[in-house]
Parts: sequence; structure tokens; C-alpha cells
Amino acid sequence: MTEFSGLLTLAIFLPIVGAILIALFLNGKNARTLALITTLAELALTSYIFLLYDKEKGGYQLVDKFEGWIPFDTFRVDYFLGIDGLSAPLVLLTGILGIVAVFASWSVSVRMKEHFMWLLVLQGAVIGVFTSLDFFLFFLFWELELIPMFFLISIWGTGRKEYSAMKFIIFTILGSAFLLIGILSLYFSTNTFDMTLLPDKIAGANLIMPASVLFFLTIIGFAIKLPVFPFHTWLPDAHTDAPTAASVMLAGVLLKMGGYGMFRVSASMFPEQIVDYSWLLATLGLINILYGAAITIRQTDLKRLIAYSSVSHMGFVLLGIAAAKGGTAELGMNGAALQMFTHGTITGLLFLTVGFIYEKAHTRYIPDLGGLANRMPFLAAGLLVAGLASLGLPGTSGFVAEITIFMGSFPAWHWFAALAAIGVVLTAGYILWMIQRVMFGPQLLRHNNLSDASIPEMIPVAILVASILVVGIYPAVISDVFNTGLDPIVGEITSYAMGGK
Amino acid sequence: MFNEQLVWAIFFLPLISFALISLIIRPFFNQISVVSGPIAVLSIGASFVISIITFIETTINHNNPVGDPKNWLTIGNFELQVGILLDPLTATMLVVVTGVSLMVQIYSTFYMKNPESHHGTENQDGKRETHSAKPPDDKQEVQPAELGQPVYARYFAYMSLFTASMLGLVMASNVVQLFVFWELVGLCSYLLIGFWFHRPAAAAAAKKAFIVTRVGDFGFLLALMYLFSKTYQENINYLDIQTINDQLPGLVQAGTLGAGALTLIAIGFFVGAIGKSGQFPLHTWLPDAMEGPTPVSALIHAATMVTAGVFLVGRFFPIFQASQDAMMVVALVGGITALFAATMGLVSNDIKRVLAYSTVSQLGYMMLALGIGAYGVAIFHLFTHAFFKALLFLGSGSVNHATGTFDMRFMGGLRKKMPLTYITFLIGSLSLAGIFPLAGFWSKDEILLNSFMSGTDGGEIISLIVFVLAIMAVFMTAFYMFRALFMTFEGEFRGGSEKDPEAKPHGPVHLGESPFLMVVPMVILAVPAVIIGFIANPPGNLLGIEAHWMVHTLDHMYHLPKGEAFNIPLAAVSTLVALSGIALAIAMYKPKPIISAESIGKTLKPLHTILYKKYYFDELYEGVFVRQIYYRGIALASDWSDRNIVDRIVNIVGWLGANFGGLIRQFQNGQIQMYATVTSIGIIVIAAMFIFGD
Repeated sequence: MTEFSGLLTLAIFLPIVGAILIALFLNGKNARTLALITTLAELALTSYIFLLYDKEKGGYQLVDKFEGWIPFDTFRVDYFLGIDGLSAPLVLLTGILGIVAVFASWSVSVRMKEHFMWLLVLQGAVIGVFTSLDFFLFFLFWELELIPMFFLISIWGTGRKEYSAMKFIIFTILGSAFLLIGILSLYFSTNTFDMTLLPDKIAGANLIMPASVLFFLTIIGFAIKLPVFPFHTWLPDAHTDAPTAASVMLAGVLLKMGGYGMFRVSASMFPEQIVDYSWLLATLGLINILYGAAITIRQTDLKRLIAYSSVSHMGFVLLGIAAAKGGTAELGMNGAALQMFTHGTITGLLFLTVGFIYEKAHTRYIPDLGGLANRMPFLAAGLLVAGLASLGLPGTSGFVAEITIFMGSFPAWHWFAALAAIGVVLTAGYILWMIQRVMFGPQLLRHNNLSDASIPEMIPVAILVASILVVGIYPAVISDVFNTGLDPIVGEITSYAMGGK
Repeated sequence: MFNEQLVWAIFFLPLISFALISLIIRPFFNQISVVSGPIAVLSIGASFVISIITFIETTINHNNPVGDPKNWLTIGNFELQVGILLDPLTATMLVVVTGVSLMVQIYSTFYMKNPESHHGTENQDGKRETHSAKPPDDKQEVQPAELGQPVYARYFAYMSLFTASMLGLVMASNVVQLFVFWELVGLCSYLLIGFWFHRPAAAAAAKKAFIVTRVGDFGFLLALMYLFSKTYQENINYLDIQTINDQLPGLVQAGTLGAGALTLIAIGFFVGAIGKSGQFPLHTWLPDAMEGPTPVSALIHAATMVTAGVFLVGRFFPIFQASQDAMMVVALVGGITALFAATMGLVSNDIKRVLAYSTVSQLGYMMLALGIGAYGVAIFHLFTHAFFKALLFLGSGSVNHATGTFDMRFMGGLRKKMPLTYITFLIGSLSLAGIFPLAGFWSKDEILLNSFMSGTDGGEIISLIVFVLAIMAVFMTAFYMFRALFMTFEGEFRGGSEKDPEAKPHGPVHLGESPFLMVVPMVILAVPAVIIGFIANPPGNLLGIEAHWMVHTLDHMYHLPKGEAFNIPLAAVSTLVALSGIALAIAMYKPKPIISAESIGKTLKPLHTILYKKYYFDELYEGVFVRQIYYRGIALASDWSDRNIVDRIVNIVGWLGANFGGLIRQFQNGQIQMYATVTSIGIIVIAAMFIFGD
């Protein structure tokens, strides 16, 4: 059976072809221009794909499928792409952040050609992860994404960039190793890599390893990516030393691959285990939230501060998934998916504004900053919106995700959710204190010559602010789609959780 | 004509004003930002007119055109809806919010052209904040590029957003919707307290206000989650306030909501109310909030937003009523706050802070009234208080306009220079002190009466306790208000900002009455400050208005019994108490004092210090809890362990991997002799096992 609508294939290979063209023919500013054109086209394409997804119909759509791409009888891999309600918003997110990343690197002057080339490869690979429905293909894209990120951090980064790039790679590869064992074990148990069939097949198959072992083998790779305590220490280093564009992509979409995997693989293929081990997810989620927030307030490097805040915020994803156990699993899981999308735009915006401030003021050390709102009202407004969204202010997308996670997880995990709510106060503490020290107070004389954002810098800020506010004011644009995708997954989980007791 | 769209317009008009100013005028037409003032005034004026219509239709004609709420967020079976809840409580709040807001906007159109951007105010230590205090290296103040017209647009954008959010809050039909606007008014408060963001004190006060109220919001959020977890299986209409209030008896009967659950939910909401309304022990942010422009203090930190806490308790009054314990907590916290805040007002030298403490204290009265079950009376006091307190704040702004300072030690003698300000301020003070027949008298008296009656007749010991607290606070209120009045307006002028060593020299002294646009709102507000208590809630039938009309209308909402009527002996006692407070203030602060304030201050030095230092709450919260326990304790330990334990383990694992590899590598050294030796040893071992194995 071969189906081919072509749109998703185009979405993956458009940036990759762009990267090849840059590699072969273009240099300097021309490379940048082509990268901008490519990501602009990609944004249009991903928006089109998002709008084309029919949420009334549900299921997998826009399928591209060649059977037997690797055609051995004992090892059959299909080229199989498709989106459902879970992946469609994440594809859109990747489209948005792709163009933001190009604008974020507008002032890169060192080895421009390679920089934009790697950015495009990265975008293509991430879209591949979100659209692959063949487990092996999924894994290939999962690994492919490492290469551009490694170069982006180690060449255009700052500080201990080689160390951080290496740390990022080793952590992810370690997770990938477990993931690969899990994928292969599943294949040899069920004889398929088809992710749409695996949930049913696993339920009936004679597994070569206990299901809970397979569950942990696969989820550990996602846990490292998300990241979950205690596997999170790569993240502050990688974020701090990465260039702005890489930080935006890293926080915006790469972390979401971990969350996506938890839904697509852990929750959908192992509904029983996700319920049985939801106590573990809730515990780790709570640790992420509170421990992450406590560390965040101590940070004096702006990027490191945002990186740790990501650790804290990703804890909410775990807490939302942990709602699997209760009667409101639907709410919690949708909240977790919303948190992934919304954190992508919010933290993207935080890294973006901070990156611009760093370019202008040449420091990210908070005590050396202050009163910048006076010189850069536009960037101050951008940072303020991002910060307020990050602390879950209503009217921004951050609130919608947080409140649904709280309401979803509380019936299942009274104490965990109640304690996690302390995070709301702690987040307000570190965000507002950071904004106060960077933007408010008397302005320093040495910052007299700083200028506000230029037009190429204003565009990505405006894009992200708009997406934060749109989802915040009318969340249905995203939540309805997520809901369609999560509905079957939650159905399985709830029937086990409610019947299994 | 009166339909749902019209009610929505009350909320959307100021919101449109915000959008127009912030998205169009500020970025693209900044040169004509002067129009942003009239835009805000017109939109809020229109809202005010519609609010009056709504109030009349709702309370007199009992006409409710509001339809079903609409879906905002749908997740599976779960629907979150937004809509309007229109009842006498909402209608009252709509009038208060739009009415005060309109006056404040008119006042601001002039005031913000010439704002008090550079006054020094007392900081937490009670010391005067100076801009020259510890200038680290090049942290000198640079004149903000923004000062001038852009400030104007930003100001009216924020004020419009605030008004819209506050209106959204009082109209909300769903708990989550209410929470949304609850947080948004907090945001506006943050933005407006920190309006002069280049001043460190303002930036710090803004952050403090947001975080302290967020501690309260934590309670609100818990209550919301708990209420949801108890009711999500019962109601199709999730978290709809009206539904919950109406079905509460049924839910209690069915055991869905037990006594313990009700108490927890009520206390959770009340913690939110404590934060927003600056009640003890989360009161610390409100005095610092006076860093914002004075009209902001009048609107947000006196008349409207801080009453949101009282409103919240009123909104969920059936839940509170169902829990005896929660009611007791509300009454006690209210009573304690009423007295506690009043004591701090006795010694403050900053006119705005005196008013701030009085606000906290009056909000305590409202809470107290709610706690003893006198719901209608509490909202009635909220209603009258809004007018005279807004008036007093606008008066303090007017005084600042003339003297360039807020420190009353450098004022004096302004009575003759600014007669209108003086007369309106006097009216506000008398009303606040509760002197017959001004507005404040009627509402405060009902609170005292209700607590006294429920204490003596009802035998409620708590009511008796809070009555004693309240009557003590009456004395102090009268005293500190007239202390402020005398220090500001009587005697000789003491130099204003020119003499005030810590005030910035920018605040000019130009003694004289404030301009027309500032005086008019004060004069207008003085009218309700005198008559509104008597008109809205007359002791007997008056010109077609029923006796106790307002209180009864509000109480009727929740089917509460008709409360106590007017009681002449008690009114006489409370008036006497207030008059003696005034008498003491006159004795101490008239130009030639009979009793010297200094000598009392010296005799009671330790007490004075404790009050002046605000009972050391800031030191406890910021110094001990936040700095020592959290920042230098928990956060430091987490940060340290993350670097030295969690990350170190990773490195150790990596090191082990590398070295273990190195160890094994020793054997792969490529020497045939070595391999042969190992092989031989292996053969010997295996052979030995075979031979000696069994």
C-alpha cells in the first residue's frame, strides 16, 4: 500500500534542500537570505499543514508511505509519515521557531554559510521526528538532529562550548542507546515498526522482555531529552553556551521531542505502565518544578537562569502526564501537551530577547545590567511579556497550560499538585526579580549607547508575542487539535485506570 | 435597549481604549499621545453611564438580560465557560469601579502632565529613600528618555487595562474566569506601582506587590482545584459560580462537599482575598504600593482592586456561610487587621501611607462584617469607602502638586492656600472617621451594630472580640486622620520639597489651589462622600427609598434575614469615640499643642519604634523567610547540590567509563607473548575445573 500526499515530505526536505543549496552555492549574506526564504516558505507550509489537518475527522492524516523502504524480510522499515492532533501543533511550532532562529542569527558573522546550513538541517530533522510514524525512521531523525546542534553549539557558542556540546551529545546518545534497544525489542516481539499499529500489537504480543522493562527503556531516552531530574544537568550547560538561535531551537522544539515521545510512545504504547508508574512521573515532575525553581533564583547568568526555568517548567509536563491515574487524565494530558507548545514559544522569546540584550550589552551577568528599559523599551516589553507568560499570567498561553495541568492532576495527585502550586509563587519570584534587575532601576552610564531592537530583531519578537497572546486569549486554536490527537490515547489509559483498580 | 451586549460593553469599552492606546497611538502616533487621556475618559465615561443603567435595571427593575455563558476551552467532556454573572453585588461593583475610575481619569489628564516623578518616600526601614544612597560604580541615574509625552500614553493604556480587568473580575460567571481577571488586575497593579520603573523603590515595590499577592493566589488556586475535584463529576456547568452557590445545599446534603472540604475551600479563597485586600498577615505590600502615581493609589490601592478580596468573599458567601470555622477566621483576621493597620497609621509621616494604612484598616472592617455574616453591610461599607477614600487620595495628590513632597513634616498651612482641597479633604476625613451624617458613619455604624448584636444577643464570643477591636480602631482612625489633616493644612508652611532634605529638587513648590481638572473630581467625589450612605441605605423610608434599601437588596441575593436596624445608643457611643479621637488629635497637633507629640513619642519610644518599623514584618518576610531561609538556604543548597552532586555523579560515571576502558585496554597491547600467556592460563584453569570439578 502506497499513499503519498507529499506535504510532509516537502516539509522535511524543503529545509534540507535549502541547506544543500547553501552548502553548494551560497556564501555570507546570500546564505542568510536563502535561509530566510526557506524558513519563510517552511512557515507557510507548516501553517498550511496545520490548517489542513481535519480535527473533526481525527486520526492520522496527510500520510506519505512507501512500504519496504529498507526491504529485508527480517528487517522491514517503511518510509511512513503522517500527522495527528498531537503532532500537528508541534510541526507548526517548529515552523514558527525556524524563522525566528534565522532572525535570531541575523548578526552572525563568523562562518555564516555553515551556520545557516546547520539551522536548516536542524529544522528538517525535527519535523522528521514529529511526523515519522515508522519507529525506525523516527529514530533516524531523532539522531540526525544531534549533528547540527553539536556544530551550532561548539562553533558559534560561548564559554565552555566544546564541553557543553559534547555533554549534550553524550547525554542524548546514552538515552538513544536505551531507546534503540527498546525499539528493536518491540520490533522483534511484534514484527513491525509501524507506530500506528504498535499500541494494539503490543497488547496482544508475546514480548521478549517484560512490558515494564520496555517502558523504561524507551522512556529514559525521552526523560533525558525533556529533561527530567536527575538527567537534566546537560541542559543548563548546553543552553548557556549555545548561540541564541540554537538556544531558541533547543528550548523551543528539541525538549518537546522528549515530551512528544512520552505521548507517542510511552503513553500510547504502554497505557498500563504509564498509569502504574504515574507516581514516579508525579514525583519527578514535582522535583523538577520545585528544585528547578529553587536553583533558578540563584543564577546570575541570564541564559542559565532561563535554562533552569525550563527544567522547572518541564516538570509541569510530567505532572500533567501523571494525571493518567485519575478521572481527569484528559485534562492533565492536554495540559501537558499545551505546556509543550506554549513553553516553546515563551522560552523561545525569553532566549531571543536575552540573546539580543547580550549582543548589545556584551554581558549576560545580571549584576552588570540594570535600567535597560530606558534604552530598549521594545526589548523590555518583549522580555516582560515572555516573563509574565512564563509565570503563567492569564491572557498568555502559559496560563492555559498551567491551569489545565493543575485541574487535571489535582484529582489524582492532591498533594503533588498542591505542592507544585508553590512553583507558581517561586516562578513569579525569579522572573520578576530578574526583570527588575535587568530592565528597571537607574540605567548605567556605560549603557548610554545601547540601541533598541532593529527591524530584523523586532520581527521574531513580534511573531512570538503574537503567538503567546493568541493562544492565551483563544486557546481553542491549539487545544482543539491536541484534544483530537490525545483522545484515543487518553481513552486507553482511562479505561485501564478506571477498570484496573 | 437593555440587553446582554450592553452589559458586555461596560467591559469592552475600556479594553478597546487600552488596545487603541497601546497598539496604535503609542507605537505609531506618539506625537499626539495627548489624546490618550480623553480616549480613556470617554470610554470609561460611557462604561459608567451603562453601569448606572445596569445598576437600576438589576436592583430596582429586577431585569436580568444575561444569557448562558459561552465555551472558551473545551477538552473532551470538560468545558470551561465564560459569561456574565449579573446580580446586585456585580451591579454595585460596576458602579463603584467605573465611577471612581472616571473621576480618577479626569484628574489624571492634568496630573500626569506634571507628575510627581521625583519625590522621595519612606522605604521599608522608615528611612527616607534617596537617590544618592549607595551609587555602585556607574549606577547613576540617567534621565529617562521616556519622560514626557510617551509616559502619558503608557499611563492611560495601563489605567484602561486595569479598569477593564476589574470590570471583568466583578462580572465573571466562572471561577476560572474570575481567576483570570483576578490575576490581570494584579498585573496592572504591578505595572502601575512600578510606573516610574527607573526608581529602584518603585521597581522593588511593584515586584513585592505581585509576589505577596501571589502567595495569596496560591490559596485561591488550591481552593479552585479542590472545588473542581469535588464537583467535576456533579456539574455539567463546570465551576460556574451561580450553579455552585445555588446547588450548595444539595451538594452538602449529598456528601459531595463535606464540612472539612467546605472549610478548606473557603479558607483557600480567603487566603487569596487576604493577599489582594492587604489583610494581615499579607498586608506588607500595600503601604509600599504608594510608590505608584497618586491617582493610581486612589483608584487601585484604595477604592477598587484592593476591595476585590472583599468582593471574592462576598461572591462565594454561601460557601463561607456553610463553614463556621471559615467564618470565624474571616471575622478574626478582619478585626485584627482593622486595629493592627490603624496602629501603624498613627505614626507615619507620609500622607499617602497614612491613607494606605487606613485603607487596610477599613478593608479589615469589611472582612470583619463578612465574618459575622453581615454580608450586605460589608458591601455597603465597600461602597461608601470607595468614594471618600478616592477623594482623600486625590486630595493628597493635590497637596503634593503644591508642595512637591508627601512628607507631612514639611507641609502645614495649606488651608488658606488651597481651600477647595482643604474642604474636600476635611469632608473625606470626617466621613472616614464615621461622623454623623456623612457616608462613612452609616456603613461603619452598621458593622459595629451587627457585631455588637451578634455578640451580645447571639452570644457569639468572636463577634464580641471583633466588636472591641473595631471600636478601638474607630478611635485611632479618627485620631490619625485629624493628625494628618492638622499636619497638612494648619499652622505655618514648613517648606515643602525645598526644605525636605531627601526630596528630589525637581518637585517644585508652588503654593496655590490645583488646576480645575484636578479640583473638579475632588468636588464631585465629595458629594457622595457626604450623602451616599444616607441616600442608599436610609435609616427610615426616604423619598421612595426603602429603609436599609442597599443592605437589604444585597442580603436578599443570598436570602439572608434582615439585619439589625439603626440603634441610637450605639451610634452615640461610636460617635463619641470618634470625636474623642479627633479631640486628641487637635490637642496634640494644633499650632500650639496642649499635649506635645514629641514628649509622648519619647515616653513611648519602644512602642513608637515598633509601630514605625511596622512590627518588623518586612524584616521577617524579606529578611528571614526570603533571604535567609529560601535564597541563602533552600535555593543555595539546591544550586550547590546540582553542581556538586547531581552533575558530579555524571562526571564520575563518565570518568569510570573512560578509566574502565583504559583498564581493559591494558590487555589489548598487541604482544603475542601476553596473549599466549593468558590463553595458557585459561586452558590450565579450565582443565583444572574438569579434573577437580566433581
